[in-house]
Parts: sequence; structure tokens; C-alpha cells
Amino acid sequence: MSAEIYRKVRANPLFSELEGKRSRFAYLLSAIVLITYYAMMMLVAFAPEVMRTPISAGSTLTIGVPVGAVIIIGSWVLTGWFVSRSNGEFDRLNNEIIQEATK
Amino acid sequence: MSAHKQILGAALLTLMGAAAYAADAIGAVQKQPLNMTAIGMFFVFVVATMGITYWAASRTKSTADFYTAGGGITGFQNGLAIAGDYMSAATLLGLSAMTFSKGLDGFIYAIGFFVGWPVILFLMAERLRNLGKFTFADIASYRLEQGTIRSFAAFGSLTVVCFYLIVQMVGAGQLIKLLFGLDYTTAVIVVGVLMVIYVTFGGMIATTWVQIIKACLMLFGGTVLLFLALSQFGFSLETAAQKAVEVHKDGGKIMGPGSLLADPVNAVSLSLGLVFGTAGLPHIMMRFFTVPNAKEARKSVFVASGCIGYFFMVVCALGLMAIVIVGTNPEFFEGGDTAGKLIGGGNMPVMHLAKAVGGNLFLGFMSAVAFATILAVVSGLALAGASAIAHDIYARVICKGSASETQEMRVSKLATVALGVVAVLLGILFEKQNIAFLVGLTFGIAASTNFPILILSMYWKGLTTRGALLGGLVGLISAVGFVVLSKAVWVVVLGNAAPIFPYEQPALFSMPLAFFFTWLFSVTDSSARSKTDKAGFDDQYVRSQTGIGAAAASAH
Repeated sequence: MSAEIYRKVRANPLFSELEGKRSRFAYLLSAIVLITYYAMMMLVAFAPEVMRTPISAGSTLTIGVPVGAVIIIGSWVLTGWFVSRSNGEFDRLNNEIIQEATK
Repeated sequence: MSAHKQILGAALLTLMGAAAYAADAIGAVQKQPLNMTAIGMFFVFVVATMGITYWAASRTKSTADFYTAGGGITGFQNGLAIAGDYMSAATLLGLSAMTFSKGLDGFIYAIGFFVGWPVILFLMAERLRNLGKFTFADIASYRLEQGTIRSFAAFGSLTVVCFYLIVQMVGAGQLIKLLFGLDYTTAVIVVGVLMVIYVTFGGMIATTWVQIIKACLMLFGGTVLLFLALSQFGFSLETAAQKAVEVHKDGGKIMGPGSLLADPVNAVSLSLGLVFGTAGLPHIMMRFFTVPNAKEARKSVFVASGCIGYFFMVVCALGLMAIVIVGTNPEFFEGGDTAGKLIGGGNMPVMHLAKAVGGNLFLGFMSAVAFATILAVVSGLALAGASAIAHDIYARVICKGSASETQEMRVSKLATVALGVVAVLLGILFEKQNIAFLVGLTFGIAASTNFPILILSMYWKGLTTRGALLGGLVGLISAVGFVVLSKAVWVVVLGNAAPIFPYEQPALFSMPLAFFFTWLFSVTDSSARSKTDKAGFDDQYVRSQTGIGAAAASAH
């Protein structure tokens, strides 16, 4: 693959649009996952009693269980969002860029 | 440090992807009587996977087929295979054991082992697929000086592969002695021979399918076990929790964060080591090259993280229910004393649970799955090691790209056999050793050497050959140094009174050191080579984003 095609892609304004959008999206989702996780760890370390609150009055299960489950399921849902947006919107844009560059 | 805390420390290391704890906890235990059900089921697994290897061999013609299944694995299949790599025997046994003894702490740890996956997807999966061909060194040396960086990256891969192979081999030997009643040496040789057969004949295609089958068996076994165990509590987790709190020696405390997380620095260092160590494991990275394009690479992480998340939650629920079902049944304790030791050691709750709710047949099934798991992981490791030797060192560095396909294939097969022999010998040699430190080393090196080079080469234009090499060396030396000064080596192996480095995982300290020195040696680098290194970034960046020029699936 020649360097020529890479130059063409870089010159295409669609490319900066794609990489800007996709990177922002990836950073945003990573930040959500990591901040949520480390926020929970801070809670565990500095306010463990919060995690020990029962789910409802009289129950044995504590808040810690659903909080953990929400982090796992929630970040999995985010991966689903990332994949659907990347494989749809971003890939369409990407294909356009490739087509223009190989014309 | 109390004995209690030591056991927990060992359990944490177990969770880092290996059955190392088995060496501590199981080592002292007598060989169990032959378990014919387990052996029979394992035999069925071996016959089925041999059939697959035979089929895969007919499709493994080129080096691309051998290393990456010709890029012909679908995203869904690859997702299952990645999940298979991650749902190791150690997560099944270790996570459930931790929930069994510490309650909610086990679950909180499980989350730490999970959150790395979404981040790997967001930041790495696509670029890995678009830049890599066969090995992680392909990416690291994409625009840097081939000879130096490729050799260093291959060295990093091989070190990680060898340490991890020893860990798996010793874990396999101990586990099999316990679950199957087979002799340790026999078990290690069986694992080594099967691994070599899968890899040399079936390459990545066979390795992937072994991994997929194993992942399905594991998910199936876990789900059945969950169903059977929950049925004893009227399918109410609340009822299970109530009974667990009644019978557990720590009572209501098990439903909140406990002693395990009393030291957040340790917890964060462990989770960093695990998250970024995973991203730096050569056999995991290699999985991203087996799919045809970035689209499938993304799908595979979605499937993998779904399976892993589900499995971790199931395993923790199993640990909770084992508190009631196993913890109150004298049959599972040495001398029938429920306040004493579990038969087979602290890692066994989920196996005892399988026997309690599903009888000997189900125990046999779960034991066979645990054995299959180790086999699948070592095959992936052997393949990653062989590709570093044959593709990076032999074909690229020594022959400088002039080796023919046939020659490279021959070298990769020889390398696999050599790795198999080395793994068996080291496995036997390390039988009586405490190998917990090797787990720390494996993940420490992967997180502090492989990962920084990889991520910076993809994200930072300023990275130069000098920076990558020296920064990588700093990461390597500091990771090894901290592990040597930590309890696992300084106290347990060398017999000193107290560790100099107080944490179990070096990543929190060695990773920043590696990043800092990579940056420092790069920005102060004004050599001619550094200009070439930086000039290569723009093209690499376009390729990593668009996939133009990326290795495509081979035609079949």
C-alpha cells in the first residue's frame, strides 16, 4: 500500500471528522467505565458502610450487590453501544473515505 | 502478616489468571483416588478436540493459517474464544473460593477483573486489528527500528509466555492430582503432549476451537450449577444470602466490604496489573488478528465481555450459595470438622458444590472442564510463543524477511515442540516450588513492558526507538525488581522476615516508571532514527483508523 493513499486520506476532511468523533466517543465511554469503577472502589475504601446498606428494610442483600451488577451489566451495555455505533455510523463514514481515496 | 492474610494474598494471586494458589494450598494434599467419571469425560473432550485438530490440519497451509487461522474466525467465535481465555480454572475456583470465604469482597474483586475489557475495546481492539498481522511485535515495530524493537517485543512476549506456561503447568499438575487422582508428572506430560499436538497440527484454527468448546462447556456447567444450587433456596438469592449470613463465621459482615479491601493501594495496583497486564498478554492480543476486520474485532469484544461478565456473576453467586451448601456439610471438611479445612484446600468450594448438588457425575464434568481449560490456555500460550520465535525472531530479525513460507512454518512447529518440552521440564522442576511470584511477574511484565510500548506506539507520535527500548527496559527491570522485593519472593522464596515492597502487584509503580522513562528517552532523542520513527506515525495513524493496508482474511 503506497504512502500516496494515506496522504489522500489525511487530506480528506471526512477523515478528521471520523477520527474526532470516534476518539471522543471512545474516550467518553472509557472515562464513564473507569470513573464509575474507581468511584465504587473509593466508596469501598473510605465509606464501606454505604455499601453495607440493605437493599430494602429487613433484607440481607446489601446495596453492594446491585451496585456491582450494574457496573458489570452497564459497562457491557456501553460496549454494545460502542460496537453498534462503530459498526454502523463510523464504518459508513470510513468506507466513504476509503472509496474516495482509492478512486 | 497473619496466616489469614497470607492465604488471602495467595488467593488474590490465583485470581490473576492462574492456578498458582493450587501450588500452596493443594500441594500438601494427598493424591485422591482415581476419578473415573472425570477421566472418562475428559477423554471424550480429547477425542472431540483431536477430531477438530485433524480437520484444522487440512486447512492449515500457510503461516497466516497457522498464526491467525487466516483471519477467518468470525467475531462471535472469537468472542467466545477470548472469553475462554479469560474464564480460566483459576477464575472458576479462585473467585468462588473468595466469595465463599469473604462474601461481597469476592464480587468486588470480580468487577475489577471485568472492567478492563470495555476499556480494551474502546481504546485498543480496532487499532490492534488494523495494525497487526501475526504478533504484537508487528505493531510495536511498525514504524520503529525493526531489529531492535521487534527483538525486544519478542523477548517480552517470550518471557511472559514462559512464566505463564510454568504457572499453568504447575497448576494443572496439582489440580489434576486432586480432581482426577492422577500422578503429578503424568498430568504435566499429558498437558504438554496434547498442547503440542493441537498447536503443531492444527495451529490457530484448532487452538481457537478448543478454546470455544471449552468456553461453552464452562458457561453451560456454571449455569447448570447455578440452577441446581438456586433450586435449594427456592430460586431466591435473598434466601441464600439470609442463610449464608446465619451460618458464616463472619455473619452479616460478609454482605459488605471487608478486610480484603482494607488496603486500597494494593487493590488498585492489583486491578491495574490485571487490566493492563491482560491487554499486554501476547496470546490475548493475538486473538485480535484472527478476525477478518475491525468490525469483527469489535463484535468479538462485545461477545467476550458479555460472557465474562455473566460468568463472573454466576461464579460469585455460586460462592455465596456454597457457604450454606458446602460450608455446613461435614462431608467436605477434613475430619468432618466444619470449622476446619476444606478437603482439597481453600480453592475447592465450587467443586464440592458441584458434588453436593449434582452428584459424582456432575463433579466429574466440572473436573473435566477445569482440565480442558488449562489445556486451552496453554495451547494459546504455545502458539503465541512459537509465533514470537518463528515470525519475529527467525523470519524478521534473523532472515530479515527472506525466509520462505515453508521454512517459517517448519521453524514455528519446531518452536512449538521445543516450548512443549521446556514447559513439561519446568513444570516438573517447579512442582514443589511456591510459584505465586510467577503470576505477579507475568502480569507485571505484561503491564509494564508490553503494554506501554504497544499503547504509545499507537497513540503517541513522539515515541522513538530509543524511548521504547529504554522505557520498556525500565518497566521490565522495575516490575521484576518490585516482585523480587515483595513478599512472594523476598519472604516466601528467600526466607527474609519482612518484604521491602509491601504490595502484591508492582503495576501501580512500575507502569508509571515505564511510561515516564519512555517519554523522557523519546523527547530527548534527536537521532536521525527518531525522525524516521516520528515520520512513520501519520501513515500508521491513518491505517490504524481506517484499516487501509491492514492484513485481510486469506482466501478460503
